[in-house]
Amino acid sequence: MQLIPCPWCGPREQTEFHYGGQADVAYPDDPAALTDEQWAHFVFFRDNPKGPFAERWFHSAGCRTWFRAVRDTRTYAFLPGSSA
Amino acid sequence: MTADLLAPVHLLDAWRARFEDLTVELAGRHDLAITLAPSTAALAVRVAPGAAAVAEVALGVPLPTRPLAWEPTLRGQSLHLGPDEWLVTDVAATSAAAWEAVTRPALAAVGAAASDVSAQYADLRLQGRAARELLSFGCALDLRPASFGPRTCARTLLGQSGVLLVGHDDGEFQLLVRTSFAGYVAAWLLDAAEEYR
Ligand SMILES: [Zn+2]
Repeated sequence: MQLIPCPWCGPREQTEFHYGGQADVAYPDDPAALTDEQWAHFVFFRDNPKGPFAERWFHSAGCRTWFRAVRDTRTYAFLPGSSA
Repeated sequence: MTADLLAPVHLLDAWRARFEDLTVELAGRHDLAITLAPSTAALAVRVAPGAAAVAEVALGVPLPTRPLAWEPTLRGQSLHLGPDEWLVTDVAATSAAAWEAVTRPALAAVGAAASDVSAQYADLRLQGRAARELLSFGCALDLRPASFGPRTCARTLLGQSGVLLVGHDDGEFQLLVRTSFAGYVAAWLLDAAEEYR
């Protein structure tokens, strides 16, 4: 089973984690000013790179904190030192 | 009848005889004992980043700073569960609600919070040389003393259930299980111990 590096607990089995999607998606400064299309882009549209991808992960069965990590979508490997 | 006539019963009291049978049966062969420990008053303490030192003073209990560390206190344990989360127990507190009531305002003044979670956990103890192996049948942590030694605690999975695993000085493992999962974990332990019977 794959190990995911939690910045606080260290490496733990993937079953202890929940996936939180793409990282660094900023909440709009003025949501009310967005068109429906712009809002849909914020809510639903995500990058789908082939290669390193910055993601949010939640260590739900451990320290119960969210963190950010970079994972290579081709190999599933987490980039060393990318968890924070 | 008033409430103070009620005697506390361990959540897993119905399993006690089966754990005792197991312990007797394995004595001298596999060195494994599973016992039930009475639950204690417990507070979940949440502290803002950087405020642990002041919260410690307000609480009157040390809050260990190293991740996954715990310390004995005068009357219980102080366990570091997450970056901003501790579990503090007190075996002598007769009323956890009263303890919470005095602690909460003191902690609020330093940006921290305490909640009475005494009813949250059932407390099991595993002793003997086979205890570590038994747990490793369903727990992915490296439980060897070099990485999970005394004064270490970790929330993790045992089988399908979340548990709080606590290492003690004498090689004993303390298993704190959410009340709703306690029956599952008791059954899991007995099933895993079939290996030795
Ligand atoms: Zn963690």
